[in-house]
Amino acid sequence: MTASFDFVLSLGDDALIAAQRLGEWTSRAPEMEEDIALANIALDQLGAARLLLTYAGELEGAGRDEDALAYLRDDREFRNCLLVELPNGDFAVTMAKLFFLSAYQLPLYTALAGCSDERLAAIGAKARKESAYHLDHSALWVKRLGDGTDESHRRMQAAIDEVWPYTHELFAADPAAPVDPATLRAEFDATVSAVFDEATLARPAAGWTPGGGRDGVHTEHLSFLLAEMQVLHRAHPGAKW
Amino acid sequence: MVNPREAAAAVVDPEIRVITIDELGILRAVEQDPATGRVVVTITPTYTGCPAMDVIRADIRRALAAAGHPDAEVRTAYSPAWSTDWISDRGRAKLAAAGIAPPAPVRAGTVVPLTLAVRCPRCGSAETEQVSRFGSTACKALWRCRSCSEPFDHLKAL
Repeated sequence: MTASFDFVLSLGDDALIAAQRLGEWTSRAPEMEEDIALANIALDQLGAARLLLTYAGELEGAGRDEDALAYLRDDREFRNCLLVELPNGDFAVTMAKLFFLSAYQLPLYTALAGCSDERLAAIGAKARKESAYHLDHSALWVKRLGDGTDESHRRMQAAIDEVWPYTHELFAADPAAPVDPATLRAEFDATVSAVFDEATLARPAAGWTPGGGRDGVHTEHLSFLLAEMQVLHRAHPGAKW
Repeated sequence: MVNPREAAAAVVDPEIRVITIDELGILRAVEQDPATGRVVVTITPTYTGCPAMDVIRADIRRALAAAGHPDAEVRTAYSPAWSTDWISDRGRAKLAAAGIAPPAPVRAGTVVPLTLAVRCPRCGSAETEQVSRFGSTACKALWRCRSCSEPFDHLKAL
């Protein structure tokens, strides 16, 4: 079974927008090693985004390549989850976002590696190895900050409280997809619960569940991100260096 | 004309210039159409976002042109995904000689392997520690030797 354009586009947009946000840390991270780590993770996300958007363009069959999809769509045409477009906040918020994203992407890519769409299976098998490193890295920081000083604990707890509502959108049921995101929820919950316990963090209470990203209804933050990401290509179409 | 397989296999990795793409395990196939003589080379990236891929493709085309195959095509395959287990013994020895600790074998069935003791490529000590999971290129991590105090790169198992 071949995946739909919309499904592949949503995965590609998640990775692309996550890459752009993580790239904002380059030259600004709290220490040199972390600067390099965040840039590397951004590069992995960008690599997955390129494969997924290229494939989405082929599925659509309208002649759009990865560049056309990345640079020439407006905010309402993006299908990424809201989680990845949220601002970086402080370092704890960035780590909370990366932790939740990779705790979702790892089981997603792992399941895709065994799906019947061969292209998606190949991308999943490749990307899951990288996601495992992202999850490992972000989980370490969540534990280190959560189980660190009073101030780091306070900020890590505030970060997960702030970002948690945006995780629900990731698992909205899509029974027609090669992997129904709803089936990934149990593994995600088990992963985050174990890390919260070790990090002495309290699991956020159920509350509001913002969504809409998969339908192109985004926060205002995406528009600003796209303006910066797309300006060069739109001002100088096809520019190379 | 030089054998196209030998010409492609001799291309060195642009970011780790002591090892060839064949020794690194990213050269997957070199095929020549018996009728037309056209060469098709298939490579696979170490990491999806590896920025060296464009340079590697250009280097392969240049090497094949010099070997008498100016119309060679370079294709990229993503499946099966590259593993550090594909680095040859000769490649591992070259990495170690260049001060880059080679990766431990990946256990089947695990995504990220348990990190076994990484030996310092300078003094051989196993008293080493990881400084950062991410290093100067996508495929490397930064380590430090507690015996001789030297920092070094480690090609992380994948």
